[in-house]
Amino acid sequence: MVLSAADRAAVRALWRKLGSNVGIYATEALERTFTAFPTTKTYFAHFDLSPGSAQVKAHGNKVADALTTAVAHMDDLPGALSALSDLHAHQLRVDPINFKFLGHCLLVTLARHYPGDFGPAMHASLDKFLSHVISALASSYG
Amino acid sequence: MVHLTAEEKSLVSGLWGKVKVDEVGGEALGRLLVVYPWTQRFFDSFGDLSSPNAIMSNPKVKAHGKKVLNSFSDGLKNLDNLKGTFAKLSELHCDQLHVDPENFKLLGNVLVCVLARHFGKEFTPQVQGAFQKVVTGVANALAHKYH
Repeated sequence: MVLSAADRAAVRALWRKLGSNVGIYATEALERTFTAFPTTKTYFAHFDLSPGSAQVKAHGNKVADALTTAVAHMDDLPGALSALSDLHAHQLRVDPINFKFLGHCLLVTLARHYPGDFGPAMHASLDKFLSHVISALASSYG
Repeated sequence: MVHLTAEEKSLVSGLWGKVKVDEVGGEALGRLLVVYPWTQRFFDSFGDLSSPNAIMSNPKVKAHGKKVLNSFSDGLKNLDNLKGTFAKLSELHCDQLHVDPENFKLLGNVLVCVLARHFGKEFTPQVQGAFQKVVTGVANALAHKYH
């Protein structure tokens, strides 16, 4: 599933629209992940996970920055995300299945906030983009 | 067996009461075929699936989507016995349709996205959590008779 020029253009356009709210949506995606997929909380036992948590918000902003980096480097996601991949594989030791849960919750968050933009073709482009990000994040594993 | 708290059951039935099952079914199935194009393999007889627009406006996709979601609706009325409710459909999908059960999980998650899009603010993390349990339960029930 290659990221076509149309996929890249669609993702970039949506990201421009999200503007400075990427952090807010990434935080919501994290909250949804913890609620809908409770096993993901095991990686955050040291966090306050109550609604409105400052730690979750700060982490949401980190995730947002990483995704924005990814959007800017769709030509070389493994390269752009290699340090993050190393971190998740060797230090955080996060099972990669969890990246899919967060990816899905990000789609849900965007569908909820941008219903008019979240048509089937955009849904497909975003899903592909996130699959590539997840692949790149998992590249240091094993 | 899927374990929903009383509150989760209430959240699910509360939202489902407002769902236009006919429309949402078509949209969910259509999106499955667009986002995960390999799923089109099961629908060779459906005619034009050549583009997202063709898929979403295809009358056979809409009709089948409606069928699928009505089935799902039945499941929602029998959360304590999903395996029993979907036993015959499970056999059908394995023995005759030869559908990889992975597709049930994909459709479940697409349905969650469609609900988020339709219900916006109302589709809180708690509501999503309850629905994730339901779609997982239905997917597992549909896979239960596979051999």
